[in-house]
Amino acid sequence: MEAHLSLLLRAVFTENLALAFFLGMCTFLAVSRRIDTAIGLGLAVIAVQSITVPINNLIFRFLLAPDALAWAGLAGFDLRFLGFISYIGVIAAVVQVLEMVLDRYFAVLHQTLGIFLPLITVNCAILGGSLFMVERGYDFAQSVVYGIGSGAGWALAIVAMAGIREKLKYSDVPAGLQGLGIAFITTGLMSLAFMAFSGIQL
Amino acid sequence: MDRNSQRTVFDPLIDNNPITLQVLGLCSALAVTTSVQTALIMSAALTAVLCCSNVLVSLIRKHLAQSIRIIVQITIIASLVVVVDEFLRAYAVEASRRLSVFVGLIITNCIVLGRAEAFAMHNPPWPSFLDGLGNGLGYSLVLILVGVVRELFGAGSLLGYPVLALVRDGGWYQPNGLMLLPPSAFFIIGVLIWGIRTWKRSQMERAEYRIHEVHRTEVL
Repeated sequence: MEAHLSLLLRAVFTENLALAFFLGMCTFLAVSRRIDTAIGLGLAVIAVQSITVPINNLIFRFLLAPDALAWAGLAGFDLRFLGFISYIGVIAAVVQVLEMVLDRYFAVLHQTLGIFLPLITVNCAILGGSLFMVERGYDFAQSVVYGIGSGAGWALAIVAMAGIREKLKYSDVPAGLQGLGIAFITTGLMSLAFMAFSGIQL
Repeated sequence: MDRNSQRTVFDPLIDNNPITLQVLGLCSALAVTTSVQTALIMSAALTAVLCCSNVLVSLIRKHLAQSIRIIVQITIIASLVVVVDEFLRAYAVEASRRLSVFVGLIITNCIVLGRAEAFAMHNPPWPSFLDGLGNGLGYSLVLILVGVVRELFGAGSLLGYPVLALVRDGGWYQPNGLMLLPPSAFFIIGVLIWGIRTWKRSQMERAEYRIHEVHRTEVL
């Protein structure tokens, strides 16, 4: 239990996908102009991330890992090279299904999150989460925790960034830095602040 | 090469750079630039994938139904990335380990999907290849610039060869550890964008609000 809590905090703060690993930067910079859209996208990322990471964990352990097909009587296969295609397929499928489910049963939620869902298929934070899960060899419980934690960390970062940018547009920025340039430097400062968490041991 | 193809190749280098102007493909640009070597390998991998995917998408563009085009494009890109990844594992094990998940993340690199969608879907294979090459080079240019700055000032070396004599080895240069940490990549690209936009003024973004002195009568 304690190990899982520590993993959760690590995924949210010290190993923040956006600020420590630069994942999902394109959407991070493009959709962080307003707080309410940032919250919408953040929630969508948490939802998709906490579903896809565990599913990909099952796929990896029961289909792709070396000798994983032993349960089907097929020993000696190593299908790891199919990993990338399977994970991105799962992500695209989950996003599609989630969109249909939201549309059918939670119309209000679909109106707020709907436009962000297609963006998420090509958000590297989602695929990156699955790839990190495989690289670090998490088991199923850990992958659930990691999925929720890394999604929450990304959401936290984008909401904080949107808050800063809403204030930033009233400030007097040098002409060439206006917009994208100052957004980069702000993200750098945030990343510097998040690095302060790295000394924390649980 | 005629003028048109020249434009397709050289436009994305500065005037329409995928990273500093179109804001695409940032994740890997920031993450793999701690040394020039990883930046070079990543640039080569991405340019190869981009050229091949543009050609393949362009070849089948007339047979693709609108509704399934994204999934087909992603499958093509993912297959190419698998090939690149296996290639690196076979011939450059050390580099492949250092790039870790970032080779796989070429799949979701928005440059590749963006160019397939914006250019290859509407153009024949040869121009699409040139477009892929141009954008790949534009991406590589930024990656290598950032990689040079980070490795030179962070470790005092270039491509692993010592350039600045470090204090540790009896020289004069005290390496700047911040350059090897994530935040410095943001600062360097931010400053790079500032430089490019000061040079090419048409790329500047307009401020949403202007600060100006208000005369008392305007308020009243």
